[in-house]
Amino acid sequence: MNFSFKIAVRFLKSSKGQTLLIVLGIAVGVSVQIFIGSLIQGLQKNLLNKTIGNSSHITVISKNQDNRISNYNQIINKITHISQDITNVSISYDSPALINLNNKNYSVLIRGLNLNTASKIYHVKEQIYEGKAPKRNSETIIGKELQKELGIKLGDELTINTNIGQEYTLKVTGFYDLKVSSLNKTWMITTLDTAQHMFGGDNTITNIEMQVKDVFAADQIADRLSNVLSSRLKVENWKSQNESLLSGLNGQSISSIIIQVFVLVSVALAIASVLAITVIQKSKQIGILKAMGITDKTASLIFLFEGLLLGIIGSILGVLFGLLLGFSFSTFVTNPDGTPIVALTFNYSFILFSVMVAIIASMFAALIPAKRSSQLNPIEVIRNG
Amino acid sequence: MADIITLSNITKIYGTTIQTKVLHNINLSIEEGSFNSIIGSSGSGKSTFLNIMGTLDTPTNGDVIINGIRTNDMKKNDLARLRNQTLGFIFQFHHLLPEFTVLENILMPYQIYTSKPSKETLDRANELINLVGLSKVKHNLATNLSGGQQQRTAIARALINNPKIILADEPTGNLDSETTDTVYQLMREINEKYKTTFVVITHDKRIADKTDRVIEIQDGRILN
Repeated sequence: MNFSFKIAVRFLKSSKGQTLLIVLGIAVGVSVQIFIGSLIQGLQKNLLNKTIGNSSHITVISKNQDNRISNYNQIINKITHISQDITNVSISYDSPALINLNNKNYSVLIRGLNLNTASKIYHVKEQIYEGKAPKRNSETIIGKELQKELGIKLGDELTINTNIGQEYTLKVTGFYDLKVSSLNKTWMITTLDTAQHMFGGDNTITNIEMQVKDVFAADQIADRLSNVLSSRLKVENWKSQNESLLSGLNGQSISSIIIQVFVLVSVALAIASVLAITVIQKSKQIGILKAMGITDKTASLIFLFEGLLLGIIGSILGVLFGLLLGFSFSTFVTNPDGTPIVALTFNYSFILFSVMVAIIASMFAALIPAKRSSQLNPIEVIRNG
Repeated sequence: MADIITLSNITKIYGTTIQTKVLHNINLSIEEGSFNSIIGSSGSGKSTFLNIMGTLDTPTNGDVIINGIRTNDMKKNDLARLRNQTLGFIFQFHHLLPEFTVLENILMPYQIYTSKPSKETLDRANELINLVGLSKVKHNLATNLSGGQQQRTAIARALINNPKIILADEPTGNLDSETTDTVYQLMREINEKYKTTFVVITHDKRIADKTDRVIEIQDGRILN
């Protein structure tokens, strides 16, 4: 074991050019793998963040005719006990309504939120660009697009027709921009009390919204919720509502994996072919070592160790190259404002995984030369001088 | 003295479709501590004979008994160990490992089964280096040596494990006559000092005449 390792090191050192060639080959492969993987992961994270980062991942609604949930504190208690992954649980009373302005009707969704908790999901407070959040009853904030359409200013009052046929007046205290124009156009955000009062649903709510730490586990957690909660409640999750996004992400992941697999295969083939030549070059040495009494196993271990060493050195170098590549990509390929076009995600377990795969592939590539070395008959070397 | 190598009814046939019989029913015993030479024209089968004696080649028929052990049924790993412990080889073309220095090459057979050389082994290696007169070049790579120096390194290497038998195939085949004499004197000294058994192939009648026993092979048969 020790002996074959020593021989392997010396063989690698003595043919520096070849060693460098294989190491560089592995390094380039690993760096491409890390770069592509990090790029795709960064893209996906970016995309997910933009689409579902500021929205509810799991929403509990009522199956009742009136859409109301009354014993919500009890339900929230149950929800928070189900999984540590559930965060930012927030309640709301939502209902459609009409704004009546200058004899024209505008359809909106009144959202009565507890702004302190809801802001953790929607970041409403941070997105108010003019005015302030509604605090007292009958105060509301509206989105950028709706403001333009209505042409109103801070402090204006809007007349709302609720679906139960009553009229309400809400005072606009602020304008927000959630960066999604459909939301900016339809949501009217007010306090929970105001909404409950407007629609006659005192002490009830219509939605319990929450986020989860691992967004891809949202469907599993939602399943667990619906098992525990009353059958009068419906649990929705973002995955079932965004199938096209999911299949897009899947497609990206698969193509990234395919690229990585082919890079790996070509690297492994390169290692195998160079090592195969090395065995022929070193066949005299192997023959003489066998005559001196090394076993076939030791003879093959020499080349497995060569593969292992090349894999380790090559992949360490590859990680450095990959990080350098990623760093220069996020530094030099930027938007006009200096932020990177794609913020790369350096996932340490992914890097470690790539390194392990490269090392294992190198050892696999060394199997063929190792077998040849094991089968080499010393008599052929000695007879032919 | 007892016989250290016994070959009985050794036959070697090369090829399967066209069969070439290289050795015909050879019987031979080598006495422990003796210095033997094998002579014969090229193609007479003497190298094959020596390789069979050294377990590098296997006979088609017949038994090879080394140091009292019948080698025919031995496993490959056991044969490797036998070669390492009991036999030392010296080949015509030196066959040193060019990646290693003189000292490392000499220690190689020892290190195959023991990872770190002990003080005694290092002392022994240095003693052998002195014996073959390579003290000045012991840290040179094997490639940076003259032909004679390489051959003397190979002799020292063959001796490091204190083998009972040294098998040499034309060890001086490509050396000039002066160096040839030095190498043979050296082998003779070793033979006397360590009581190592030598079997040496040579085509040099002058050298052969100085050995204890001359075995002449012609067309795969022993003449005398």
